[in-house]
Amino acid sequence: MKVSITVNGAPHEADIEPRRLLVDFLRDDLGLKGTNIGCDTSQCGACTVHVNGRPVKSCTILAVQADDASVTTIEGLSGNGQLHPMQEAFREMHGLQCGFCTSGMIMAAVKLVEDGGDLSELGIRHGLEGNLCRCTGYENIVRSIQHVVREMAAHAPLEGDEAMEHHRTLREAEEMAGRRQS
Amino acid sequence: MTDRPFGASLKRVEDARLITGNGRYTNNLYQPGMLHLAVVRSPYAHARILSIDTAEAAGMPGVMGVFTGQELRDAGFGGIPCAWVVPDSDTKTPEHPPIAVDTVRYVGDAVAIVVAETEQQARDATYAVDVDYDVLDAVTDGRGATADGAPQLHDDVENNLCFHWTVSGGDIDAAFAAADVVVTETIINQRLIPVAMEPRAALARWDVAMEELTLWVTSQNPHIARFLLSLDTGIPEHKIRVIAPDVGGGFGSKIAHYPEDSMVIFASQKTGRPVKWNESRSENFLATTHGRDHHQEVEMAATSDGKILGLRAKVWANLGAYLSTASTGVPTILHGLMLSGAYTLPAVHEDVYGVFTNTTPVDAYRGAGRPEATFMVERMMDLVAQKIGMDPVEVRRKNLIPPFTEGHEVITGLVYDTGNYEPALDLAMEMVDYPALRKRQAQLREQGRYIGIGVVTYTEICGLGPSEVAGAVGFGGGLWESAIVRFHPSGKVNVMVGVSPHGQGEGTTFAQIVGDQLGLPVGDVEIIYGDTDLTPMGWGTYGSRTTPVASGAIMGAIAKIKDKGVKIAAHLLEASTEDIEFADGKFSVKGSRDKSMTIQDIALAANTAWDMPQGVEPGLEASAFFNPSNFVYPFGTHIAVVEVDPETGEIELQRYAAVDDCGPIINPMIVEGQIHGGIVQGVGQALWEEAGYDEKGSLVTGTLMDYAIPKAESFPSFELGKTETPTPVNPLGVKGVGETGTIASTPTVYNAVMDALLPFGVKTIDMPMTPERVWRAIRDAEGGH
Repeated sequence: MKVSITVNGAPHEADIEPRRLLVDFLRDDLGLKGTNIGCDTSQCGACTVHVNGRPVKSCTILAVQADDASVTTIEGLSGNGQLHPMQEAFREMHGLQCGFCTSGMIMAAVKLVEDGGDLSELGIRHGLEGNLCRCTGYENIVRSIQHVVREMAAHAPLEGDEAMEHHRTLREAEEMAGRRQS
Repeated sequence: MTDRPFGASLKRVEDARLITGNGRYTNNLYQPGMLHLAVVRSPYAHARILSIDTAEAAGMPGVMGVFTGQELRDAGFGGIPCAWVVPDSDTKTPEHPPIAVDTVRYVGDAVAIVVAETEQQARDATYAVDVDYDVLDAVTDGRGATADGAPQLHDDVENNLCFHWTVSGGDIDAAFAAADVVVTETIINQRLIPVAMEPRAALARWDVAMEELTLWVTSQNPHIARFLLSLDTGIPEHKIRVIAPDVGGGFGSKIAHYPEDSMVIFASQKTGRPVKWNESRSENFLATTHGRDHHQEVEMAATSDGKILGLRAKVWANLGAYLSTASTGVPTILHGLMLSGAYTLPAVHEDVYGVFTNTTPVDAYRGAGRPEATFMVERMMDLVAQKIGMDPVEVRRKNLIPPFTEGHEVITGLVYDTGNYEPALDLAMEMVDYPALRKRQAQLREQGRYIGIGVVTYTEICGLGPSEVAGAVGFGGGLWESAIVRFHPSGKVNVMVGVSPHGQGEGTTFAQIVGDQLGLPVGDVEIIYGDTDLTPMGWGTYGSRTTPVASGAIMGAIAKIKDKGVKIAAHLLEASTEDIEFADGKFSVKGSRDKSMTIQDIALAANTAWDMPQGVEPGLEASAFFNPSNFVYPFGTHIAVVEVDPETGEIELQRYAAVDDCGPIINPMIVEGQIHGGIVQGVGQALWEEAGYDEKGSLVTGTLMDYAIPKAESFPSFELGKTETPTPVNPLGVKGVGETGTIASTPTVYNAVMDALLPFGVKTIDMPMTPERVWRAIRDAEGGH
């Protein structure tokens, strides 16, 4: 089938087998190996990319379903030589060890924060439900995301309930950071 | 505070490529002309192969060849070697053909391979390979497999008994005769599946003209892989290059030399093209080694005032269908010798029966043997405490080995390096305010809420280890390490090491050591590992040995660099070598600090060699080997607080405090990360993870839908503390920390849950402690209704 998919801003026309998964199209047809495959049952989240701005496990959809869609992979997250703040935070807070889950974890985390919602520690932990990591015990992944939340709050003054919520989130993040020093 | 890189939480050099999607994982690699290999696997746990018809598959699109085990055998490919045969155990080592020839012995055993232009074509064609089986009875339970009449796996292994090994010390009969109390327990230390996030992969390129092999493979130990491959493929070792590029976690499951390594090599030789195999997750569950799987019958003898007198056990260790690379060493040396734990144990006797079953081979999994020992000891300590009505902390305190710095021999014959256990216990208790917790527990119980507190004081053996001991216990290799420190003319440095980290961050910590010792910016040092052509011999990354052992080699090379630098500086500064001192990256003449040269000056002088002292060779490079004098024994105390809902059986892990002593810490951020990850993996065993087989030998937990690995939402943030007791075993005093979390956390959380359930009279629950099992245990204890 003929498809037209924009990946990391670049348009691609391709004639692909209907059964081809989006992740295989990205990795093998476009050579974007940054998206890893960690399972074959859509549990691990290592292959998470953004499709039309939504986080999607690229092993759960067929490439033909992404026809006319705009896809962002880890390779397209940073631009102009600048890392995305989430990438920076994962390095800063040691949110990765072997790195295999990291692309998907970062892509999921970016949307988790962008979508707002509950960004308390527990909220973040629940938000990571679809992404598995076997190395970090998640602790520093949570801290990485809290780090981004903290940075964002520092740059965007908020009011009312939103400010209260962020205040709570920040205090929690600071408590966690403090505990680390003990 | 100092600016020394040693002890600083420097950000990892590994991360730049990994956070941008530039990881060089084996399955990301491509070679011109590369073909893909897929494996036809047995759907039966035990069957005779009557015939294999490959004709249809061979005719499918893109297929370049379909091959069977007989063809590998005819091409001279031997059985997969077992590299660890424990002495005095009468170990049987039946042949393990890389592809089954007559008989399949577990679901997932390879029967044939397909090589095709694309991965999809290769996989498609596997379904067209027609195999006719005569299905045989299967046995999956380690204890049951030794019974008379059980299905027999290997002709030459009676009752499926691979080995019988014992550890004995002290007078065990006298200990039990003198006991006021004896507690007994049957412990099922269940089978686990490692699930490194990266499945395995292997890419072979056979160079016909040069008769040379390059193998890129997901390995924790490329030098061992090369050595073993030379044995079973017949390719001489010096004609093999093994490269472990970025490896996405291992946890022991990437130590083994696997059948698929042989398959891609054979296929590359046969087709004259590079051939890659990439494991799917479902294949990973079947074809990559599993861990643990002990059936333990345990008795502990004690006095009524809490002194432990003896430990006696019988263990059936399920080894799976074949012996994997290190499998016999795990339930014996790494398990049985650790039964003294952190305690003074006067007498011990354990029989370990290694058993073949129709299951995936079992080998090292994070902790490898020590979790099975620590769980046993720590569970029995709690049972003693209960029986005599003493606080579990007090029982532990009464039996802890007093502080020692010169080595301490325990009843199993091991000599622990250093230990000072009580301060770690005290700190952990202080961190959670233990007395207040107990008070709160009592108050909550009155309100019908059940929290439990689990305390474990552990020590473990790691930093493997002295090579002499490796030889004495039947390990088929050495356990030393080597390193080359090479200065370039510009003063930048490469360090080549034989270990092969795959997530543990030694690319950073080793650079910190070199930067610290030689006064260099850490960014001027690059660590090279994972390639047998680029790095000197080393035995790999497992057993929490990478930092304690390889740092010894790096320190040896650094000492040689300093010595040579002193000679060159003395010559160029016109001073005697005795008058040269080295500090902060500078060689100076004592008493006249202005007369000095930086190590970068010396590197340039040595590399140009325009003016070298008499008898000193050009270049600034040194190589060193380090064979540690002993293992290292990190220790600590872990405390967990859980709440159990008796109505649903659900367990909430509310707090987790860990105090670990791994000696001086090179990079606290990385050490904490290791502990976090270890804790979570160990809690996974206590609460969720279990590999299950049905009666026919099918793995019923064969995907991530059925096998529960821990998720972020199930954990609180961890509270970490440390004590710091250096080991005399290596120059930096450092001890491994990769496995402590896993070793300690399983019994810590298990004991916490059982503590919560004390009011219900629940005696035992098999792991994992799922809500259903907890709920049933409560109901059964209450008499059932």
